[in-house]
Amino acid sequence: MNAPLRRVAISVLVLFTLLIVNVNYIQVVRSESLRENTRNTRVLVDEYARERGSIVVAGNEIAVSAPTDDGLKYLRQYPEGGLYAAVTGYYSLIYNTAGIERAEDDVLSGDDPRLFVRRLADLFTGRDPAGGDVVLTLDPAVQAAAMAGLEGVTGAVVALDPSTGAILGMGSTPTYDPNLLSSHEPAAIREYAEQLEAAEPDPRTNQAIRENYPPGSIFKVIVSAAALEDGYTPQTVVPAPAEFPLPNSSRVIPNFNGSSCSPTGEQPLIDSLTISCNTAFAQLGLELGEDRVREMAEAFGLDGEKRAIPLEVVDSHVGDIVDAAALAQTSIGQRDVRVTPLQAAMIAAAVANDGSIMAPYLVDQVRAPDLTVLDRTRPDEFRRAVSADVAAQLTEMMVSVVEKGSGRRAQIEGVRVAGKTGTAQTTDAPDHNWFIGFAPADDPKIAVAVFVANGGGTGGDVSAPIARDVLQAYLEGQEG
Amino acid sequence: MAGPSTDPRAPTVGTPPPSRRGTEAALLAFAVLITVVAQCIVDLTITGALRSELALFGVWFSALWAVAHLVVRRWASYADPLLLPAVALLSGLGLAVIHRLDLAAEQVNSTVTREDAPVQLVWATLGVLFFVAVLVIVRDHRTLSRYAYTLALIGMALLALPALLPASISEVNGAKIWIRLAGFSIQPGEFAKICLVVFFAAYLVDKRDVLALASRRVMGLELPRGRDLGPVLLAWVLSILVLVFERDLGSSLLLFGIFVVMLYVATERSSWLLIGVGLFAGGALIAYQIFGHVQQRVDTWLDPFAYQDDAGYQLVQSLFGLGTGGLFGAGLGGGRPDQVPIAKSDFIASAIGEELGLFGLVAVIIVYLVLVERGLRTSLVVRDAFGKLLSAGLAFAVAWQVFVVLGGVTGLLPLTGLTTPFVAYGGSSLVANFVLVALLVRISDAARRPATPQAAPPPRLGDAPTEVVTP
Repeated sequence: MNAPLRRVAISVLVLFTLLIVNVNYIQVVRSESLRENTRNTRVLVDEYARERGSIVVAGNEIAVSAPTDDGLKYLRQYPEGGLYAAVTGYYSLIYNTAGIERAEDDVLSGDDPRLFVRRLADLFTGRDPAGGDVVLTLDPAVQAAAMAGLEGVTGAVVALDPSTGAILGMGSTPTYDPNLLSSHEPAAIREYAEQLEAAEPDPRTNQAIRENYPPGSIFKVIVSAAALEDGYTPQTVVPAPAEFPLPNSSRVIPNFNGSSCSPTGEQPLIDSLTISCNTAFAQLGLELGEDRVREMAEAFGLDGEKRAIPLEVVDSHVGDIVDAAALAQTSIGQRDVRVTPLQAAMIAAAVANDGSIMAPYLVDQVRAPDLTVLDRTRPDEFRRAVSADVAAQLTEMMVSVVEKGSGRRAQIEGVRVAGKTGTAQTTDAPDHNWFIGFAPADDPKIAVAVFVANGGGTGGDVSAPIARDVLQAYLEGQEG
Repeated sequence: MAGPSTDPRAPTVGTPPPSRRGTEAALLAFAVLITVVAQCIVDLTITGALRSELALFGVWFSALWAVAHLVVRRWASYADPLLLPAVALLSGLGLAVIHRLDLAAEQVNSTVTREDAPVQLVWATLGVLFFVAVLVIVRDHRTLSRYAYTLALIGMALLALPALLPASISEVNGAKIWIRLAGFSIQPGEFAKICLVVFFAAYLVDKRDVLALASRRVMGLELPRGRDLGPVLLAWVLSILVLVFERDLGSSLLLFGIFVVMLYVATERSSWLLIGVGLFAGGALIAYQIFGHVQQRVDTWLDPFAYQDDAGYQLVQSLFGLGTGGLFGAGLGGGRPDQVPIAKSDFIASAIGEELGLFGLVAVIIVYLVLVERGLRTSLVVRDAFGKLLSAGLAFAVAWQVFVVLGGVTGLLPLTGLTTPFVAYGGSSLVANFVLVALLVRISDAARRPATPQAAPPPRLGDAPTEVVTP
């Protein structure tokens, strides 16, 4: 019986070798990917023992680690609740991190190389290592106005400083309370997360940058820009029939509510934009051709390179234009055009900033725990959309929209506001309502985009008043 | 019989071989030292202070092995010196890790709910008592073969019991392999395993000639006659029944694997291995087709991350723990092994891998390897066929169980409900494995014990009966 016994002994050796090889594979080869898997909360738990840096807005900490006496040393708190949730994200034991908490994790946790010297010092002085602070560009008044305006609807507001690209406000609704995802009670966290998951849409989705929607008539700003670059002026008379028959189709593009844009069937370009005449822009798009419309959309940032702000932003795009009918529909912001509210705000900011789009950013400064500034974001041109001349003409046209057109409800006493409304049709739900604009028109300080999903009204009725409040909140703050 | 060509029990009469009891004592002391140090590290890392019970634990744990060692000295003085220290090290490490998991109960996200280390120490004590009892009562392992059929009956009954009991008593986490009475949980399958191995050994010694010789040659393979397939088919049916009625993939795989390997060792016919593998593959395939829980196990095994929120949660957490542990581990008390559900019993290996790292886990695997190979060595050396088969079966049972459990925890094999011998929390498993080691110690004593000087010189091999039995 000894020969088979020896073979059994060797087989056991082989089996155990298999085990050892497999354990090596897991603990050495796959070690890093397993450790960094977002579902692996071990590293996060380890981080809780360190004082995480704060997220700061205008001198106030909107995310702060407070010492606790439970098993984890620090509890992440968000004193403003849902106000900044779209930006800060959360810091959860179970669901890891999101938002700035994730994008700036290296700074907040103290792992960033810019904090290295400081960490080394901690090692010698015996201080507990602490993370750095992240100072945001947000303006509390703008943020409050944005979130107040979005109360009760699904939507987003993005406000930019057109001259720098600094994001002054970024609101998304429905919102949620990041405190409840960042607590130390797993059962409660899970319960709240399930509740959020069941909601439609999930409040954790940042509508300003993680979703894109058909822009509707705000796209007409881009078509206007293309026309102006091609030699049109605001006064150029364009055809504006009551109905526009779609090429090779029995269907027609009507005007809003079936009204006619002009009794004569034609009008100056500035008037077409002012009253948002669909037929005029459908025709204009065909006149300019797909290439010009697409080039201008790209010049304004659609289909462009992705740039994190540092949150990840989903694409905005023109989509396929298969035939003339598609081009006509694209020209009024329907069909396959999709933009994020951030992209919409960049369109307004481009016009406001003499045709140049500054790269949008949320992080103003990175500070060490002792408040010394380690790094500061320098404004950077993202791309040039149009020439300063064209921008000035667009401004004139957009002022007209607010002064006597569809954007009247964005008017602010004593301030010239430029803007454009948008009402995008959806297949089987109420219309989306848009407004983009900036103020003051002659010396723009703030550009804004307001998006209300399935608001059911028009951009002028639903979104323009929210934009007005946001613009006003910022301008009043600047005066004081 | 293909016995060794020389009789290891009859060396030159003048110098008896060393009993190696001193070696055993030193190694035991080392194992106890490692255990106590591990407990200290756990306490210091987690609570920052040594608890007062530690002294009591140290004394108690040392006493256990002192008693075991003295009993071996008195009643099995030529036993293999490595078996007992390996067991001491494994169970000591298990106690340390269970204690470490107890302390994690207060940590956030922990799955630990109660304190188990003191209970486990009581079970270990009971295990040593059984170990002593076996050594004292069973003076010669061959006597066991007389009770083979009784033990078979007991084994079958133990195996079948949970299946017959109502689920409220016998079902835990989906597997019907428990008897839960008055606060105690017993897995009778662990004891059934030993009873059945004894029976297999006795039965195969009886029948091996028939099973080995009556064969036909088909395509270069010695295939047994159809009517001789009976026993292997019976074992196969038995393991399938376990799978079906107790939903326990592990015990089923364990029993059948042990039987086939013992059959192979007894008959020296590799065709039995092929038949066994074939039968198992067929059974597994059918089980996969018919039973949802088997399918789920296999699917989870193939891609645990696809099921990481439900069926694969445990395995994924285990892999996270192992991966985070890396080469050196987080150190005892430094990781979060408590995030893996049932870390104390089924997944204790992942706790070891997380906190002691690759080096710690491989060291544990090697200690198992030492234990198993010493058992197989005993089997090689011992002269009687029954002893050979029994020790081979017992040693292989440990090897096979370790392979199936660790393979499951590390994603090499589908998960089964088996426990890691000696290390994992669980009374019946611990006690049963102590009995198993007691038998191995008993047989190894017989294997290494020199023939008494007054014994007649061994007959020439050609004249010898099939078994050399010295009463």
